[in-house]
Amino acid sequence: MKYLDEYRDGASAQRYAESLRAIVTRPWTLMEVCGGQTHSIVRYGIDEMLPPGVTLIHGPGCPVCVTPVGTLDRAFRIARQPGVVFTSFGDMLRVPGTQDDLLHVRADGGDVRIVYSPLDAVTIAEREPDRQVVFLAVGFETTAPANAMAVLLAARKRLTNFTVLLAQVRVPPALEAILQSPDCRVQAFLAAGHVCTVMGTAEYGPLCSEYHVPVVVTGFEPVDLLQGITMAVRQLEEGRSQVEIQYRRSVRPEGNPRARAALEEVFEIADRDWRGLGRIPRSGFALRATYAAFDAERRFPDAEPLAREDPECRAGLVLQGRLRPQECPAFGTRCTPDHPLGAPMVSSEGACAAYHLYRRRAHLAQVGAA
Amino acid sequence: MSGEIVCPVPLGDGRRILLAHGGGGRLTRELVERIFVPAFRNDALAALHDSAVLARPAGAFAFTTDSFVVHPLFFPGGDVGKLAVTGTVNDLAMAGARPLYLTLGFILEEGLAVDDLVRVVASVQAAAQEASVAVVAGDTKVVERGKGDGIFITSSGVGVVEAPRPVSPAAVRPDDAVLVSGPVGQHGVAVMAVRDGLAFASPIVSDCASVAGAVLALLGSGVDVHCLRDPTRGGVATVLNEIAAQAQCEIGVHESAITVGEDVAGACEVLGLDPLYVACEGRFLAFVPASDADRALDVLRARPETAHAARIGTVRRDGTPGLVVLKTRAGGERVLDLLSGEQLPRIC
Repeated sequence: MKYLDEYRDGASAQRYAESLRAIVTRPWTLMEVCGGQTHSIVRYGIDEMLPPGVTLIHGPGCPVCVTPVGTLDRAFRIARQPGVVFTSFGDMLRVPGTQDDLLHVRADGGDVRIVYSPLDAVTIAEREPDRQVVFLAVGFETTAPANAMAVLLAARKRLTNFTVLLAQVRVPPALEAILQSPDCRVQAFLAAGHVCTVMGTAEYGPLCSEYHVPVVVTGFEPVDLLQGITMAVRQLEEGRSQVEIQYRRSVRPEGNPRARAALEEVFEIADRDWRGLGRIPRSGFALRATYAAFDAERRFPDAEPLAREDPECRAGLVLQGRLRPQECPAFGTRCTPDHPLGAPMVSSEGACAAYHLYRRRAHLAQVGAA
Repeated sequence: MSGEIVCPVPLGDGRRILLAHGGGGRLTRELVERIFVPAFRNDALAALHDSAVLARPAGAFAFTTDSFVVHPLFFPGGDVGKLAVTGTVNDLAMAGARPLYLTLGFILEEGLAVDDLVRVVASVQAAAQEASVAVVAGDTKVVERGKGDGIFITSSGVGVVEAPRPVSPAAVRPDDAVLVSGPVGQHGVAVMAVRDGLAFASPIVSDCASVAGAVLALLGSGVDVHCLRDPTRGGVATVLNEIAAQAQCEIGVHESAITVGEDVAGACEVLGLDPLYVACEGRFLAFVPASDADRALDVLRARPETAHAARIGTVRRDGTPGLVVLKTRAGGERVLDLLSGEQLPRIC
């Protein structure tokens, strides 16, 4: 496949690994922000190709993982209501709330439907005017424009039966929260290529200058990642901390102005709760007052107490890069993709899932040896 | 078989299946006599008795059953009727058997368009003819609207074993070559594309087909076939895991050797699916001694339906029993695990 095969090429990957080896003089710790990058790294064994001392730790960039359990429980309660069509992206269906997931809600008779785009949910609302259609709008700045477009479209069509349950988060405040944590080990970030495709790179400049961390906006294929790591290490070795773009085939410094205009029109910046990380100031989006009619939290008022995490799940530490998935006592035993304690074990971008899927043999060998 | 299906008049109002079509009365008889019997004309069926009475072939029997539920009923490259034939025929072939007879149980949903039933039955007939099997008995029930999904079909099949030695995971040996009969993942993506209204530049066509001819050719050539398995639900990755577990061996496969069509690869990339876990309905994996691998590939590649057969891996002499390891395109190795439930399209 053009634009993919060349970035998965074993020989090019080896060349970048060698050029990285040539410039490294001491240990460095980098965080890849996005869960898609984490999966590529573990799937293709990128971390094993790095020179000794260059360590990758996995960041919080999995939209499924950071959606608060309270939002999920609320989603499940809405989805169980008669007359509701509850729509969601596919990989939210298996994510556990306090005691449920959407697959079970559907099995119990809830009308839960997978959509590929939030605009499909608007189409359902148009076709089924007697039902309340709710879309679970989770994600980072990557999914936000399409979610904003869905609200704009519903507004233009004057739909009164379409709402979004919003858990929309922003990357830069989360990175800042990680940098502010007292035991932060991160010396450079590989920023998420698709987030910056939408938002551009301006938001990352202040992080670079204030915390002296290089930020390299990086893609998702093996060659992208190795090139991004090399660029970040070169900055560290040279004592620079700047925003650089590795993922040039997709990212412009100004981002995508039309997508950003849609965001600006529909959303305002708000404080948000992150699963595992807690409340982070200005770390998400909320609907502007003009579009409050499309807010599922208003349409379906809910007085249930906020849900609590399973205390055994260490997802918060994993999401901050402070614990490797296989270091969690529950990993592979009490927490598996079939019986997850937390979201990172089931999401397609979750770090625990990546290790369980691709590194089980190494883990089995370790456990066997112990 | 003539394959000619007469116009289904009167059949009630003639357009929709009614509950009465399953009631055992006049409408049931019309349905059977006008749609099913003409399609599958053969002596055993024509007797319309409670059981088909069949001559006993020499050799051991293979006997299998499977149920087919697919939404939508029709998809590029096939439909539920063709699936019901090829699925059962292929299961027989996987035991090294020549498929001979099928029985079909139809569960129809009230309100089904009679035209759709006629199309499905015609497709059953064509697939049966193609695979040289006779449909010798059948049954029809009708359930209330909303309690079915158009047409459900259960098919059972009988074949006679032609493999000289048992073909099963127990026969898998270290160093065996693992072959796949063609590109993988087409069926699952084709059905998902029509079910979910995904528009691709050109429609992805299901690989739904009988593999019995290719299997019999392989057996006839004298290749010492150890094990056969069709990668239906869960795709190639799941089937490799099943065999690794049953045979208590480690299997190593090369990602670059497994052919995935450009269109299927593209669709999977967009949807976040791994084609190795996507169902095929016209492919099979074969485990043969390494010394027979080239001959087996020659036999398969000489046939149009298996022209793209390839060797994808090896049963490892040492290793962890039950494990499947994938050598990736980028040069690393990783575990190819069982999935938990179905694959779900991802967010971004």
